[in-house]
Amino acid sequence: MTIDMSQFYQVFFDEADELLAEMEKLLLALDVSDPDSEDLNAIFRAAHSIKGGAATFAFNDITEVTHMLESLLDRIRKGEMALTPEHVDAFLVAKDVLTMLMDGHHHGASVDQAAVDSVCQRLKALSQGQVDASAAMATSAPEAPVLEPVQTEAVPTQNAAGEFCYRIELPEASQKDVDALATELGLLGTIVQEKLGDGRSAFMLTTTESQDNIIAICSFVLDPDDLKITYAAAPQAAAPAEADSTTDETSADVAAPEAAALNSQVPPAKQEAPASAPAPAAEAKNLGRRATDKEGSGQESSSIRVGVEKVDQLINLVGELVITQAMIEQRINALDPIVHERLLNSASQLARNTRDLQEAVMSIRMMPMDYVFSRFPRMVRDLAAKLGKKVEFITRGAATELDKGLIERIVDPLTHLVRNSVDHGFEMPENRRSSGKNETGKLTLSAAHQGGNIVIEVSDDGGGLNRDRILDKARQQGLPVSDTMPDSEVWQLIFAPGFSTAEVVTDVSGRGVGMDVVKRNIKAMGGTVDIRSVPGSGTTIAISLPLTLAILDGMSVKVGDEIYILPLGYVIESLQPVAADVKEIAGQGKVVKVREEYLPLIPLYQIFAIETQFTEPSQGILVILESEGKKAALLVDSLVGQQQVVVKNLESNFRKVAGISGATILGDGGVSLILDVAALLRSGRQLNANPVFF
Amino acid sequence: MSYTTQTQTSLNQTGDGSRSEFLAFTLGQEEYGIDILRVQEIRGYEPVTRIANSPDFIKGVVNLRGTIVPVVDMRIKFELGTPTYDQFTVVIILNIAGRVVGMVVDSVSDVTTLVPEQVRPAPDIKTAFDTDYLIGLGTIGERMLILVDIDKLMSSEEMGLIEGMAA
Repeated sequence: MTIDMSQFYQVFFDEADELLAEMEKLLLALDVSDPDSEDLNAIFRAAHSIKGGAATFAFNDITEVTHMLESLLDRIRKGEMALTPEHVDAFLVAKDVLTMLMDGHHHGASVDQAAVDSVCQRLKALSQGQVDASAAMATSAPEAPVLEPVQTEAVPTQNAAGEFCYRIELPEASQKDVDALATELGLLGTIVQEKLGDGRSAFMLTTTESQDNIIAICSFVLDPDDLKITYAAAPQAAAPAEADSTTDETSADVAAPEAAALNSQVPPAKQEAPASAPAPAAEAKNLGRRATDKEGSGQESSSIRVGVEKVDQLINLVGELVITQAMIEQRINALDPIVHERLLNSASQLARNTRDLQEAVMSIRMMPMDYVFSRFPRMVRDLAAKLGKKVEFITRGAATELDKGLIERIVDPLTHLVRNSVDHGFEMPENRRSSGKNETGKLTLSAAHQGGNIVIEVSDDGGGLNRDRILDKARQQGLPVSDTMPDSEVWQLIFAPGFSTAEVVTDVSGRGVGMDVVKRNIKAMGGTVDIRSVPGSGTTIAISLPLTLAILDGMSVKVGDEIYILPLGYVIESLQPVAADVKEIAGQGKVVKVREEYLPLIPLYQIFAIETQFTEPSQGILVILESEGKKAALLVDSLVGQQQVVVKNLESNFRKVAGISGATILGDGGVSLILDVAALLRSGRQLNANPVFF
Repeated sequence: MSYTTQTQTSLNQTGDGSRSEFLAFTLGQEEYGIDILRVQEIRGYEPVTRIANSPDFIKGVVNLRGTIVPVVDMRIKFELGTPTYDQFTVVIILNIAGRVVGMVVDSVSDVTTLVPEQVRPAPDIKTAFDTDYLIGLGTIGERMLILVDIDKLMSSEEMGLIEGMAA
């Protein structure tokens, strides 16, 4: 396998960044006492998607953390465990650790392994239901050293030690809590404990930490609202320090000046050995992420991410420009070429520039499927090795171009499907052998334009879906099922949220989240998912996406006064037949003999009820088309030309029209319909018998 | 596209006491009115691309600034006179539930504001439109507008513009 995976890292990082940001947003918005299950699911899916991506690129550390995160989330999501603020904190810390790991892989920033380990422990502890303050504090410790060197570094001019003196009055609390807190705070600096009356205590703390951080630590034990913190000395020292830190250029727009100053120094801080000093507040950490993002952005200037709407707008505008240019060209052609030579020259230059511009703009959106497909060989190989299976990975139609927006969104669903296939689809080699199959399973990933859609299929030659098991499981989950359901409906059950027939939850799959995500994502793209499965011989999952903005190479053909576009991919050749080669078959229409092959003849004028003077095949042109292994000859009047066309969806404002896959706009601003070759060939015979097509 | 946004705010105000504005147009001898908020723009008739095997009142599709828009001829649909297509033929571009549809009518006159008192329920008279698709009759002095529930009409199965519509 010689594919350089690093070319896809950027995509993974971008995606993961988005997912992490999304996760954080959801976590912060989460109502702990009454979490919205949809939000929990969304957080879970984000974690799951990152895990999937990380596994693809063999970032095992990220996979490990997300797996833990996911396990815990899964239990909460299923209601096996109540959500507590500790969970949310732990998740946020985990998120930060993930960001750090991501940065480590991305920019080679150093990774604080202790932080990773501690967050794993913390998550593990939480998923075992052990939530105690000290564990929580200890595990968030790695964040702490972030702060210490910072103030001294960021504000070197500060007073000698850079320390402030705080007086912290505690509310009533047990001696044990107070002692624990004293120990924790003691790690920040020098602490002096004093007893107040009525059972309360107070600390005098001399430290470099900010007040927020102290509150954050105390809040593990006490309600921070009950705390009373005052500057016991040198309060004026704190103010200039804050003011100075805002001038730090990388953090100019970050709201909290202190946090900003701290976070701008994150990477050097992380190199410090993690002491067991306690953690800052969650907000500080979040800001920290923003700061690190900013550092990263400096290195990513070779590509920019632009909103799809902007690109669409650009494409529409260029389309308008092309049409206007075509109009000018038409008008100018009426002028005397000698008198207006210079105008004509300029116009032809305009034509050239417009064409180049259009091509350039179009190419922004189009990408070959290869971009997605080539991520998988490694993943399949690793997965198969991990599971002890033998899988041969085959891709077809990798050159099929798809809109970039769709390509990016198809990655996640495809990743899930491929993982599922490897994990569930294939039997173990010995089972395969005993059932008379080749030990090595075949996993095929294919893409093709079909009708008005692009169809992406993931097929395996494994054991197929187990109807009974799916039905059993569905019943257990209380889904409405019956034994007489048709197969196709039974297969659709696996898309229900939380549905999994896997006996064991592994980090590969089996949580039942994947298919849910797949269906959701594809539906959002306006596509459909179909499953075909035959017990013993395999499963094929076909994703069908509308060709909203695909560009296709088209051949324009004329029938009567109408011009239709034939997708060039289906066209084999075109020829003018000799009358003797056309034979009538009683009641079946005509066939034409082309190179010793009899092909059914599809008269387009008849199907579309077009008035034309050419009704005899020998007068017109036959375009030989092939789709799904079937060939046929389409009778048209003449060939007009060959051009790239932008496929416009007819259904967005109208309905599906039989025999038409879409429409496109011609150079003169008129609309031309694109023929749905696959449908024409499929129904060609009935059409001849019954010309009414609607 | 920005010009579609305003028409999205669904209001069919005839029943609720507030004033509503209607675009008046003629078909044959009758004057009709439709909710102005459903109207995206008014254009002249341009040659359309015929769609094979569709009902004859669906003239075809046109390119409206990069969007493919179907055009229906109400004169054919409701058998009102002989449809002619010249530079005076008017197409009202409607935006209904996010879908853009062009509607050919004989002419467009003006925009009128009607208060609920001016709107009478549609009697069971014989108009080209099924009474199901009528909001009522609007009277402005001597004029009478047949107010059409254009959303209902255009999304009806009868028009065949939207697939799988449960009308």
